[in-house]
Amino acid sequence: MATVATPGLGGKTEAHDPHESYLAEKGLKSWLFTLDHKRIGIMYLIGVLAAFLLGGILALLVRLELFTAGRTIMTAEQYNKVFSMHGIVMVFLFIIPAVPGALGNIFLPIQLGTKDVAFPRLNLTSFYVWVLGAVFGLYTMIHGGVDTGWTFYTPYSSKFTNTSVIPMLTAAFILGFSSILTGVNFIATVHTMRAPGMSWKRLPLFIWALYATSIIQVLATPVLAITLFLLIFERAFGLGIFDPSMGGDPVLFQHFFWFYSHPAVYIMIVPGMGVISEIICTFSRRAPFGYFFIAMSSLGLALLGFLVWGHHMFVAGMSEYSTMVFSALTFLVGIPSGVKVFNWVTTLYKGSISLKSPMLYALGFIFLFTIGGLTGLFLAMLAVDVHLHDTYFVVAHFHYVMVGGTVIAFVGGLHYWWPKFTGKMYNEGMARAAFALVFIGFNVTFLSQFVLGSRGMPRRYYDYLPEFQSLHQVSTIGSWILGLGFLVMLVMFIQSLQQGKDAPRNPWGSAALEWQTPTPIPFHNFVDQPVITRGPYDYHLATEAELDEGYAPGERPADADD
Amino acid sequence: MSSEAATADATTEVPEGHDDHGHDEHGHNDHAHPSYLAHHFDTPQQQFDAAKVGMWAFLVQELLFFSGIFVAYGIFRSWYPEMFSAAAHQLDRPIGAGNTIVLLVSSLTAALAVREAQLGRKAGTSRYLLLTILCALIFLGVKSYEYNHKFQAGLLPGHFYHPHLHHLVEGSPALPENAHIFYSIYFMATGIHAIHILVGIGVLTWIWRRNERGDFSKEYYAGVDIAALYWHLVDLVWIYLFPLLYLID
Ligand SMILES: [Cu+2]
Repeated sequence: MATVATPGLGGKTEAHDPHESYLAEKGLKSWLFTLDHKRIGIMYLIGVLAAFLLGGILALLVRLELFTAGRTIMTAEQYNKVFSMHGIVMVFLFIIPAVPGALGNIFLPIQLGTKDVAFPRLNLTSFYVWVLGAVFGLYTMIHGGVDTGWTFYTPYSSKFTNTSVIPMLTAAFILGFSSILTGVNFIATVHTMRAPGMSWKRLPLFIWALYATSIIQVLATPVLAITLFLLIFERAFGLGIFDPSMGGDPVLFQHFFWFYSHPAVYIMIVPGMGVISEIICTFSRRAPFGYFFIAMSSLGLALLGFLVWGHHMFVAGMSEYSTMVFSALTFLVGIPSGVKVFNWVTTLYKGSISLKSPMLYALGFIFLFTIGGLTGLFLAMLAVDVHLHDTYFVVAHFHYVMVGGTVIAFVGGLHYWWPKFTGKMYNEGMARAAFALVFIGFNVTFLSQFVLGSRGMPRRYYDYLPEFQSLHQVSTIGSWILGLGFLVMLVMFIQSLQQGKDAPRNPWGSAALEWQTPTPIPFHNFVDQPVITRGPYDYHLATEAELDEGYAPGERPADADD
Repeated sequence: MSSEAATADATTEVPEGHDDHGHDEHGHNDHAHPSYLAHHFDTPQQQFDAAKVGMWAFLVQELLFFSGIFVAYGIFRSWYPEMFSAAAHQLDRPIGAGNTIVLLVSSLTAALAVREAQLGRKAGTSRYLLLTILCALIFLGVKSYEYNHKFQAGLLPGHFYHPHLHHLVEGSPALPENAHIFYSIYFMATGIHAIHILVGIGVLTWIWRRNERGDFSKEYYAGVDIAALYWHLVDLVWIYLFPLLYLID
């Protein structure tokens, strides 16, 4: 019937049937050379999930080694490399591209009501740049890896370690460019590709979050690039600018590094917050409380993110006055973060809440991110930071924000949009079981680390005093529960692909635009160019047909879904 | 449009005004889509705007990339002002100034190339593009002459710093021991800038070939415009590098 609807297409051999799924074309080539943002997003998804698996295995190894004091399964040198590689893989290969590269790529154009991102070729380029960076990273790992931690602090990284620092810096440098290109692409797309009627005030909150993230990517990542570039030359040719024995300054490296890496934390968390905003609205069936404030708090975080990098160096020898300023500015970050949390919670109030698995992740996110955010305030306080700096408290805080925040949001978004981009439903019972395991396992792993840290267990240490052993063991057991949770999730998703029921157009009854297009998504995202007449959360303006959870008539040929 | 599809698309109904290309845009070849317009854009204006916004975002990125070098420069100059002025004394000002003029001229020719493209004058566009490339090559030639002198004089970054007194400028102040930091910054800054010039030459050559092929017209000259924007940035960075490195003692 699709062809009946478009008689004008006669004679155009290149034309796509407007109803045809973007997954219809088969063959490896149709994927590797695709310019379709959805397919590029899927390739990103596969890539970042592979990185997550690798980083996760490394994490389990770190925890296993710490099960007993002294040697458990590896030497101290191996341990230094394993935790460094865990950090590098998770930060540069997984968490930075995870939400924007995978979910953002698939859904940004659809949520804007357009056919593609502004620069499809650049989009594919940025994916292959990511692949190139990943290849460099893996090459380095095979050749012994690095033991500098993911922060590459000088002068250890530039003068003392004999591990493969230069190839690893090159990998991070390349990965940075992938991130920049995605940011440039998204900024141009949001500015110029919105569908007719998609005003800035109607922009989905996920788009606002991606837009804020893109700004950070464009403004912060080049600073990392130049920093790594300088460090490569410092190590290769002894430039001396980070070397105190030659008149240079190692703290300068820390300033440069954190000028990127603090904003980078927002590159990691802000898109996750966007995902959570979408999920909360859909599963509360109402518009967000304070749309404008949630949107602007993303931009607020992006801005503040550039002003607080010094809080990583309170004990590195900065002047008292600058530590005071950085501490005060860091407290300000609590404002946009708090705005988001309070608005999400208020959105739930009197909402028609459905506790499907994506919503469980969203609620879990609010809980875990709140702990992660509030413990950040401990570290922002100068006197307290002297005690907690470089302890497991920092590790736990960081993981509460990055895993409890971003990973939970990423996984929640995966559950939320999975039916739309794969066209398959998944086993809800298994999804909930996986959530329970992940949630419990995560808290067991990292709550214990708050206690460890506050009692003085330094981070990155291979060995520890006997009194820390029981808490380390609790944490390691937690990591197994967490790993099991992800394993169940993996089985659940694979099962869904193989034998899942065909997904309806709008399984969650959402008013948002991406749920109004057929499932699986048509090649050009929509059958016809959409014209936006209401906001994505205007449940009071949405028609019954739009919110219908079942199959739209005629959408699935012959209704052969079971 | 079928009524079935309409139920699924109530938020997304097709407006009357879109009917003339509502369906046809899925094909790639009707009157509303000239050949230079990529399929995912609706109008040439949209395509041009996207390219502009994208390029500006990229240029901001470039500025931040160079900012690291400028910050390092600022910090070390504030720490070691005498060393900086003594070390800068070894740079060749007339040559640097000449190179600055060459780059300024190249920015002018790049702007004129855009002007010619806007007027649809293909030959003029090509001529000015080639002139820009020529200026870029002259700049690189002069730069490599300067580098050569620095290599001979041993005025090199970090560990490679070993000044030969007989190569230094007559009557110049004595070079402090840590002058290698100045040359580290000098070589990193001008080296990265030179890489940008090389990239610029590549981009301008590609645009020149596209222009020769007849890709551009009065209606579509985004490529020329974007390449010129990039070139202006490369020029701008040098406008800052020249006084900061050459004119400080
Ligand atoms: Cu920070």
